[in-house]
Amino acid sequence: MATVNVLILVCLGYVVFLFAVAFAADRMAAAGRGKWLRSPLIYTLSLSIYCTAWTFYGAVGNAARSGLEFVTIYLGPTLVMVSWWWGLRKLVRVGRSQRVTSIADLLSSRYGKSNTLAVCVTILAVLGGTPYIALQLQSITLSFSIFAEADPSGLYREGSSVFWVAAGLAVFAILFGTRNLDVNERHHGVVTAIAVEAVVKLFALIAVGVFVVWGIAGGIAPMMERIDASEIGQWHVDAGRWTTFIFLSAAAFICLPRMFQVMVVENDDESHLRTAAWAFPLYLLLMSLFVVPIAVVGLDLLPEGANPDLFVLTVPLSQGNDWLAMLSFIGGFSSATSMVIVTAMALSTMVSNHVVMPIWLNTQEGTGSVSGDVRNIVLMARRVSIAVVMALGYFYYRLSGGGAALASIGLVAFAGISQILPALVGGLFWRGATRTGALVGLTVGFVLWIYTLLLPGMSGASMPESVLQNGLFGLGWLRPQALFGIEGIDPIVHSVMWSLLLNTIAFCVASLLSFPSPLERLQGAQFVNVFDHSVAPRGWSGSVAQSEDLMIMTQRILGTGPAQEFFQAEAEKQGGRSHLPEPTPAFLGRLERELSGSVGTATAHAMIGQIVGGSSVSVEDLLAVADESAQLLEYSSQLEVKSSELSRTARQLREANAKLTQVSAQKDSFLSQVSHELRTPMTSIRAFSEIMRDAEGLSGDEQTRYATIIHDEALRLTRLLDDLLDLSVLENGQVNLNISDDSLRSLLDRAVSSALAGAGSKISVRRARAAERIVLHTDLDRLGQVFINLISNAQKYCDAEEPVLTISAYDVGGRIIIDFIDNGSGIPPGARSMVFEKFARVGGDKAGGAGLGLAICREIMQRLGGEISYLPGQGGAAFRVSLPLAHRQAAQ
Amino acid sequence: MSDESDKGQPPNVRPSLFLERQSYRRRRLTDAARLLPFLGALLFALPLLWPDKSSGDAAVPLSSAIFYIFVCWGALIVIGLIFGFVARRMRTPEDPDTGAE
Repeated sequence: MATVNVLILVCLGYVVFLFAVAFAADRMAAAGRGKWLRSPLIYTLSLSIYCTAWTFYGAVGNAARSGLEFVTIYLGPTLVMVSWWWGLRKLVRVGRSQRVTSIADLLSSRYGKSNTLAVCVTILAVLGGTPYIALQLQSITLSFSIFAEADPSGLYREGSSVFWVAAGLAVFAILFGTRNLDVNERHHGVVTAIAVEAVVKLFALIAVGVFVVWGIAGGIAPMMERIDASEIGQWHVDAGRWTTFIFLSAAAFICLPRMFQVMVVENDDESHLRTAAWAFPLYLLLMSLFVVPIAVVGLDLLPEGANPDLFVLTVPLSQGNDWLAMLSFIGGFSSATSMVIVTAMALSTMVSNHVVMPIWLNTQEGTGSVSGDVRNIVLMARRVSIAVVMALGYFYYRLSGGGAALASIGLVAFAGISQILPALVGGLFWRGATRTGALVGLTVGFVLWIYTLLLPGMSGASMPESVLQNGLFGLGWLRPQALFGIEGIDPIVHSVMWSLLLNTIAFCVASLLSFPSPLERLQGAQFVNVFDHSVAPRGWSGSVAQSEDLMIMTQRILGTGPAQEFFQAEAEKQGGRSHLPEPTPAFLGRLERELSGSVGTATAHAMIGQIVGGSSVSVEDLLAVADESAQLLEYSSQLEVKSSELSRTARQLREANAKLTQVSAQKDSFLSQVSHELRTPMTSIRAFSEIMRDAEGLSGDEQTRYATIIHDEALRLTRLLDDLLDLSVLENGQVNLNISDDSLRSLLDRAVSSALAGAGSKISVRRARAAERIVLHTDLDRLGQVFINLISNAQKYCDAEEPVLTISAYDVGGRIIIDFIDNGSGIPPGARSMVFEKFARVGGDKAGGAGLGLAICREIMQRLGGEISYLPGQGGAAFRVSLPLAHRQAAQ
Repeated sequence: MSDESDKGQPPNVRPSLFLERQSYRRRRLTDAARLLPFLGALLFALPLLWPDKSSGDAAVPLSSAIFYIFVCWGALIVIGLIFGFVARRMRTPEDPDTGAE
């Protein structure tokens, strides 16, 4: 039989071993080696601090009392881990992006860096953590006492042993958790040691389980028969307790300070969550696999009245298996120590950051800058906090008498810490959640928890019997375990239901009714939309050269080396040559975040505020941030408008360029055509004038003939030049219109007679004179010119045997239309588009025109506001002249 | 795990309403992962309907209850494991929650 002395030696040896592991891990991490220290496996194992001594010993006790109910404590966290995509992912992202140091820090940061809230959460966490620590003390003491009972020396005394265990754990936690002030609050050494302990306790429990199933019961099937035959062998759970405990353990899993510490603060890589999402439930499953068998065998083998909470130890002992009992003892010891270390670390961080540091800062107020080595103060504050927390646990244990079943103490602690849940979930998913709401909700839940669960649970004088029986002030509906007169509910279910329900309602109502401060709104947006923007918008507006003060302060918190490195990097980022960066908002924001990694958000905020002065964010700033993005949007839309305008202009330019090129080509061809047209008559004039000059003896007849040719050609030249002149005048728009009134009929009369005069009029003109009774108000000479041109063209080009020209006039839709249609073969389709171009001639040169007639007509009609076009499909050449009605007055 | 791929997007470009095949698969996988806890809660709430000790001989024996709970538990773990591995294999820059489906 192992004596107590051996046991103590083993414990000390185990602690030294753990310390060596932690030390080695820290060294490796500092040297940048040991990648496996940051592996998902270590992360998953570190989460196992959820399984405390309560789990290790108490689960079996719970199973022995109420069957499968113990499993709810594991199912809750399993569901949380499985749903990591919903919540934990966001929690971890927020925690990392905001450099959060604890759950109190997280809530304080979310609700406008409020220290009041942080203090509230800290008090709640300490109060919730105290019974939990007492629980660990109790379990270690109980397990000691089991060994002591069999120890003949009788050295063991319960009272003093609790004290020494508490003191030992405090020293252990101080040595482990506050060796250094880590910038990120990451403790690779501790985490690695915890991972080792996780393996040890799992191994111990499985070893006992295997011993029980195969060593005592003789295999799985006999074991199952034994389970069914035992007093807990029939399915029996209370529905309320079952669901409440699943919910409660899930909530506590998120809210417990120590879980937050390992899950968020110590997290190195978000993707570790992905692995932990299945690996941690697997760990929990293995931890609970042998619980029922151990309980059943314990109930069978051990005498009536044996404490079922200690079956894990007593079953191997009763079978004489001392080594297994020792292993099991180490497992329980591991569970207790790892939980106590991390809880003490988390709580001390909270106490020092949110209680001690603000008080200390207040005493420093007025001096302008910070004096003294803050690092030492922070570390000292933490060490003292650990000692205080452990002392509280010790006194709670003494006060409660250590009699209550392990499991129920754990559940009381769970219910207390779960009061954070509404504020936490609301803060992560609801931008409307406010500081006031969080404070009110937390207070309501906290008070109800104390009143309905904590005080009634503590034995002794903590609550008068009369209150318990008759309610506060004798009001029946205020009975702590039957609020509003609803009786018969399990006390824990009752408390959890009312406290969380009213907490949530108070939180929501107060949030809806209150108005958040600008900083709260800023932080709220960053928390809720953390996946959209992980970068903080500017917060500070430093102006004076306070960089030196900031540098001094930072050195005191981060240490000289890291602080100088940080400032140097910032100065380089700003492009300056000096060692001190300008206190720009961005720099101050980053500095605050860096500092908050060491002393917490609210404290860091207050420290910078003390140096830079003034409030960091005003409503104007908030609006400016919003304005900036609005301006950006507007700017980009303006850009878009401008760019489309540019592309439109470019298109227009391209078109203009194409037109210019075309016009240039037209001009070239025009010039060459003009020269060609001029050259033909000139050639004949020159030839005949040379003949007349050089040839001897020309008869008078011949002379007359040649002179006539020269005269005709000169006339032709003149006509051509006249036409060209006319066209150029028309094209340049320099023509003066001579507007007068006359009827269409008389104008056509004149045009027909003038066009057919002296041309041996073989074409007959058909007109509908009645329709021509329209009075025109236009330049009659120019219009007449067009008509003459059209009639003489018909006369020249109509190739019918009996050429007929039909002139008809209509009044269509406010326009006068005059058609000139002959009965010839018309203009071939390919040439139709060309007839109005200059020098365009259809059917060769036979009529001797210059090809400018129709071009002139088109120009004239444009000047007169009308148009001339070729009319296809009329059986011959057909031209349509149209004029706007504005120039017409109906003949009376 | 990077949700930052939407950083370079010009502000006025509307995200597309539909996704290409791989992104679509990944999105559905996420849906499955989100539904998993509800499945788990349902499975763990089911035993409340079983006949218990108060109903005499018809009560479910504890060994069956243990079997049921642990099988469900194991199934959740295995599904979570599969999801973890598939998600890792598909680990391209995660598409932001643009609302496209």
